[in-house]
Amino acid sequence: MSFELSADHEVFRKVVRDFAEAEVAPHAAQWDRDHHFPVDLIPKMAELGLFGLVVGEQYGGSAGDGVTGSGPDFTALCLAIEELGRVDQSVGITLSAGVGLGINPILAFGTDAQKERWLPDLVAGRALAGFGLTEPEAGSDAGATRTRAELVDGQWVINGSKAFITNSGSAITSCVTVTARTGVIPGPSGDRPEISAVIVPSGTPGFEVQPAYDKLGWHASDTHGLVFEDCRVPEANLLGARGAGFKQFLAILDDGRIAISALAVGLAQACLEESVRYAKQRTTFGKPIGARQAIAFAISDLAVAVEAARGLTYKAAAMKDAGRPAAQVKQAAAIAKLYSTEAAVSATRVATQVFGGYGFIEEYPVARFYRDAKILEVGEGTSEVQRMVIARGLGLPVE
Amino acid sequence: MNIVVLMKQVPDTYAERKLQAGDNTLDRDASDAVINEIDEYAIEEGLLLKEAHGGEVTILTMGPDRATESIRKALSMGADKGVHVLDDALHGSCAITTAKVLAKALGTVEYDLVIAGSEATDSRLSIVPALVSEALGVAQLSGARKVTVDGSTVTIERTTDTGFDRVEGAVPAVVSVVEKINEPRYPSFKGIMAAKSKPVTTLSLSDLGLSPDEVGLVASTTTVESYEEAPPRAAGTIVKDEGNGGAAIAEYLASRKLI
Ligand SMILES: Cc1cc2nc3c(=O)[nH]c(=O)nc-3n(C[C@H](O)[C@H](O)[C@H](O)COP(=O)(O)OP(=O)(O)OC[C@H]3O[C@@H](n4cnc5c(N)ncnc54)[C@H](O)[C@@H]3O)c2cc1C
Ligand SMILES: Cc1cc2nc3c(=O)[nH]c(=O)nc-3n(C[C@H](O)[C@H](O)[C@H](O)COP(=O)(O)OP(=O)(O)OC[C@H]3O[C@@H](n4cnc5c(N)ncnc54)[C@H](O)[C@@H]3O)c2cc1C
Repeated sequence: MSFELSADHEVFRKVVRDFAEAEVAPHAAQWDRDHHFPVDLIPKMAELGLFGLVVGEQYGGSAGDGVTGSGPDFTALCLAIEELGRVDQSVGITLSAGVGLGINPILAFGTDAQKERWLPDLVAGRALAGFGLTEPEAGSDAGATRTRAELVDGQWVINGSKAFITNSGSAITSCVTVTARTGVIPGPSGDRPEISAVIVPSGTPGFEVQPAYDKLGWHASDTHGLVFEDCRVPEANLLGARGAGFKQFLAILDDGRIAISALAVGLAQACLEESVRYAKQRTTFGKPIGARQAIAFAISDLAVAVEAARGLTYKAAAMKDAGRPAAQVKQAAAIAKLYSTEAAVSATRVATQVFGGYGFIEEYPVARFYRDAKILEVGEGTSEVQRMVIARGLGLPVE
Repeated sequence: MNIVVLMKQVPDTYAERKLQAGDNTLDRDASDAVINEIDEYAIEEGLLLKEAHGGEVTILTMGPDRATESIRKALSMGADKGVHVLDDALHGSCAITTAKVLAKALGTVEYDLVIAGSEATDSRLSIVPALVSEALGVAQLSGARKVTVDGSTVTIERTTDTGFDRVEGAVPAVVSVVEKINEPRYPSFKGIMAAKSKPVTTLSLSDLGLSPDEVGLVASTTTVESYEEAPPRAAGTIVKDEGNGGAAIAEYLASRKLI
């Protein structure tokens, strides 16, 4: 058993850290203040290969050709998300969602033609894609999707709306995969909706991207509501089998949860580093505040939480890379996501407390971290949903 | 066009650097080791020229065991192979000796152009590229902010206080570059994986036909006799401007014999 990252992973982490500190950190506060989505950063991230870590060589990725090469490296993706998230959570989620929600569904369920059309640009950072599952009336209960897609004369006609869709309205967004009802499946206990996924290219008439949300945090991430009004796309844009939409997104979400867990680790790590630095330098009553047990012990607990969160995250990632059974990965992903995101929220509370009044001032990054943290407990399944998944994994008859 | 980049591994510029007691040489284990910053620009320039003209980029370094890490990083940026001159007897070599060794090692590779950084951040002599060109008997074009190669002619722009000089030479030549020249790339994940299987040749002194008494501390033309820690910075003097600020500053400067 090994608790060490491989030497390659360590080298890669260092490269991403250098990149994050030189190309992202100096701008993070400004982008946050201006609610600016740093679209120019995307191709630079792609040059490091960040969007191609789980994608095969034929589409520009680094995951071999299926026969030779090292295969998808989900652990490396988590490292990149953690390191970017350590300096800027918005940039971290842009990568996490770009790969997990933009690239992954097409990679996992797309036809060769769909992959050839969309993946090369997404991997090269010339484009971003989104995944539209959540609706104003369907979040945790994603099966309550109201958006409809009807097949008319060889085209899907889509009507409905989506809420909070990441990377869906940037200047380089090429498409959004949306889930929609495509019919009903009769069953012994009543009818249930048939849910499918359809790829909608940006700019399709009838596909309206609403103005960006005014969010509490993640100011430099691109989030929009989407409205579909008689939006027509070719029948061939169906992603995966008809009626498989629900099953597909559940599979996608497991990966996404590990990625969000890595994003949370980056945030908690940043809080730890900021707290240690400040506690040594800030003096009250003639001593650095780090000499007071109240402060030092809180930071010690923070260090424990960071280590625990990191361990759970990379264990889940390693299980995924090792091809462990889906049910095991699902459980590990939910456990990691639940623990890491709650630890990250606590970490921002500790860090802002260590900073005293300055922690409330936007000049200091911990104030931004505090605002950025909350969403981690909500996106890609709330903490309650993770507990539900874990309880079911334990065989409990939870509702 | 085949290019050799001279790359030095140096202690992290941002870390505290220490000399070791005994022989007054740099304690290279005391801090993280990185590629000399300007050498990253030299590597980038080599890669850009290769992309434009074809050929191979070889990384040549003289340094201790762990300099391989820096060679691997250069290979992960896209260089094709590495040559590492590694021998315990090299410890403490002066600039002249270093250049002699590098020139010998250059004799084992084919090259049209040698690219170096203009200065190493640890000892900052800015002399190695000139010494190497002298040892090889080829043209030296130093301080380049731009390099172009046309057939057998290499042309550089060298920044001056008022503008730039255009300097021309015949290949093979040694060019040293400054930071203005380009923006070094980051290694990509694919590059890191590919670097693992790229060849790195290790050369000892005997491979180069040199004997231990020609290099290292024993052969160095200069020695560090002694050194002292920089004195801690004294507290500054604060002059409150109560209408007489200008005069107070002038008085202070005069007391230090600065004006
Ligand atoms: C910035 C941002 C980006 C996002 N990006 C995307 C994206 O790219 N794509 C996408 O599809 N979605 C995205 N989302 C949506 C996100 O996944 C949902 O907000 C989340 O799943 C919760 O859904 P909801 O908001 O409808 O909350 P609800 O489902 O209405 O939940 C409200 C509360 O009730 C709790 N709750 C609900 N049901 C139960 C239950 N059965 N038992 C116990 N508690 C329950 C929840 O845990 C929560 O606390 C994003 C959201 C945000 C804010
Ligand atoms: C603590 C310490 C002790 C020293 N002790 C002595 C001593 O006792 N006697 C003495 O004479 N000198 C000594 N030196 C100087 C040492 O020998 C120089 O580091 C060496 O000669 C190279 O010169 P430079 O680093 O100034 O290179 P520069 O001339 O500033 O470097 C310019 C470029 O030359 C190339 N280059 C330089 N060195 C190498 C290398 N090893 N491999 C590949 N390319 C290279 C790089 O491209 C670099 O960018 C000491 C230096 C230090 C820091």
